Amino acid sequence: MATTALTRLLNPEAYVPSILLLLLAALPLVTSNSYVLHFLILILFYALLSAAWNILAGFTGQFSLGHAAFFGIGAYTSTLLFIYYGMSPWLGMLIGSVFSVACSLIIGSLCFRLRGPFFSMITIAFAEALRLLALNWGGLTGGAVGLLVPLMGDSAVNFQFLGRQPYYYVLMGILLASLLVTYAVRNSQTGLYFMAIREDENAAQSLGVNIFRYKLLALAISVFFTAVAGTFYAQYILFLHPDSVMSLNFSIEIALPAIIGGMGTIWGPIVGSVILTPVSELIRSILGGSYAGVYLIIHGSILILAVIYFPSGVTNRLTKHYGAFLGTLPGGRERERARN
Amino acid sequence: MEPTVLTQSLVNGLLIGGIYALISVGLTLIFGVMRIINFAHGDLMMLAMYGTYWMFTLYGIDPYLSLIVTVPILFVIGSLIQKFLVNQVLEGADASQLFLTLGVMLVAQNVALLFWKADYRAIRTDYSVYAIRLGEVFVSVPRLTSFVVAIILTCLLYVFLARTRTGRAMRATAQDREVSSLMGVNVRQTYILAFGIGTACVGAAGTLLSTFYYISPTVGTAFTLMAFLAVVLGGMGSFTGAFFGGLVVGLAESIGAVYFATQYKELVTFSLFILVLLVRPSGLLGKSRM
Repeated sequence: MATTALTRLLNPEAYVPSILLLLLAALPLVTSNSYVLHFLILILFYALLSAAWNILAGFTGQFSLGHAAFFGIGAYTSTLLFIYYGMSPWLGMLIGSVFSVACSLIIGSLCFRLRGPFFSMITIAFAEALRLLALNWGGLTGGAVGLLVPLMGDSAVNFQFLGRQPYYYVLMGILLASLLVTYAVRNSQTGLYFMAIREDENAAQSLGVNIFRYKLLALAISVFFTAVAGTFYAQYILFLHPDSVMSLNFSIEIALPAIIGGMGTIWGPIVGSVILTPVSELIRSILGGSYAGVYLIIHGSILILAVIYFPSGVTNRLTKHYGAFLGTLPGGRERERARN
Repeated sequence: MEPTVLTQSLVNGLLIGGIYALISVGLTLIFGVMRIINFAHGDLMMLAMYGTYWMFTLYGIDPYLSLIVTVPILFVIGSLIQKFLVNQVLEGADASQLFLTLGVMLVAQNVALLFWKADYRAIRTDYSVYAIRLGEVFVSVPRLTSFVVAIILTCLLYVFLARTRTGRAMRATAQDREVSSLMGVNVRQTYILAFGIGTACVGAAGTLLSTFYYISPTVGTAFTLMAFLAVVLGGMGSFTGAFFGGLVVGLAESIGAVYFATQYKELVTFSLFILVLLVRPSGLLGKSRM
């Protein structure tokens, strides 16, 4: 056992990601600059959201444009439980996610009766209806005034930290978990069913795949991580507003990194987030808050260009170069030889 | 419920329904010919609304007169989108066309936000408050004028599609891309024209709407969904279906506003949208084409 694990680690396919991961984990030790950390947190945050969206959209081909609603349900649930019952947001995160998944199963069982762009449209309608509900249900959600998460200082039990490092590690943990789940799903029978649905729904159905059930399963996994990210957002930003956490624009932002990075791949959402998030952050720091929308102009343009020039995502192009690069590393040649 | 209140809301619903009809006809033309749902439809309308607003505010040009400018400009914008963007991904997956129009939507909304801020604006003309009294019911002059112009434009478009050679080529392409291309129709050219005309329709609707409706960078999304609802109601790709779908949605919204508080108006529309898509995804008139 030990030898196989060791030989696996000698393979660049295993040790390159491991080294990258260790570097990523060590970054907060090198810099305590809070702006740099905030920047990294945002990259991981959008990577997580898009990775979660990718489980549904990338693998089963169902392009939800209403994921912001599930994000919002998770965020509001844990925050309201925290405010009214003093429940720790860690527990609230779990309850919020389960609740959000339950909501998504009800909404999904209606939406999945439609296909293609019709499905996307009805997810928008559901999300907008939920946003308007949150906006008009002021007694519960704070409505248009927004909802402030009560400050508890440095309190790990209450998922609040004064520094940014703890947030960084928590988020990295969640992202890793979501990637592991994606990886496990992709290499499972279930994953094959997902991809069969994406490639040809009718064919999959005629071969006996219960497409309705597997779409709901993909939605549930996807929404779970989306809602977890919602609670993280609430505890990190400490402020919720229906127009910022449940808007159509946010739903699109959730989808963008995966579309640009490459849907149905494991690394696509991360590559996409590494490309997109610096754009928004640089523009925000250069132009200031009053030009907040400028980054969306650039994101929209990147989306248009990516659809035309990289229809299957940037990652697919990179994978080839990455493979060639791995071949030049120690241990890489043996891999090539073993394959031949 | 007072009968007058209901009659009043029926009249208002019908009048705005005429404009919804024009917007929906534009969307159904684009869908019928190219099988694309243009997510940026309402946002292109928003650009026309701002065009009308600035021509009125800066140069005092009457909103109805500004149609001469906004309609051709929106036609050109639509044609360019088709020529340089959508035509590039015709062979790609359906999703790529969806994402492309989403990209256009993001750019249009946020360019408007950048230049004109998030403020709600409105055009105040001399005739903004004029109304004709018919018994107990008041008919607002700008709403009535916009309705009449929208109906005239829709009829002109119908005649164009039914009678002219180009219109027939467009309908042929909608029915069968390959065969019409074998019959000598330049499909790519027809696509450019169809997207241009569809966008010109929504541009005209935006200008007509701006005489009595507020203007903001995000005003478009609700209209995209509304038009999609109308198009579904009438049967995807059907011209007359979209026309009546638009009228029905206008009436339904207006009657809904009588029974529900104003802040729930959009909620009513979205609920209606969800209901129709789930109950009758093939439309009230069944599956007809242009």
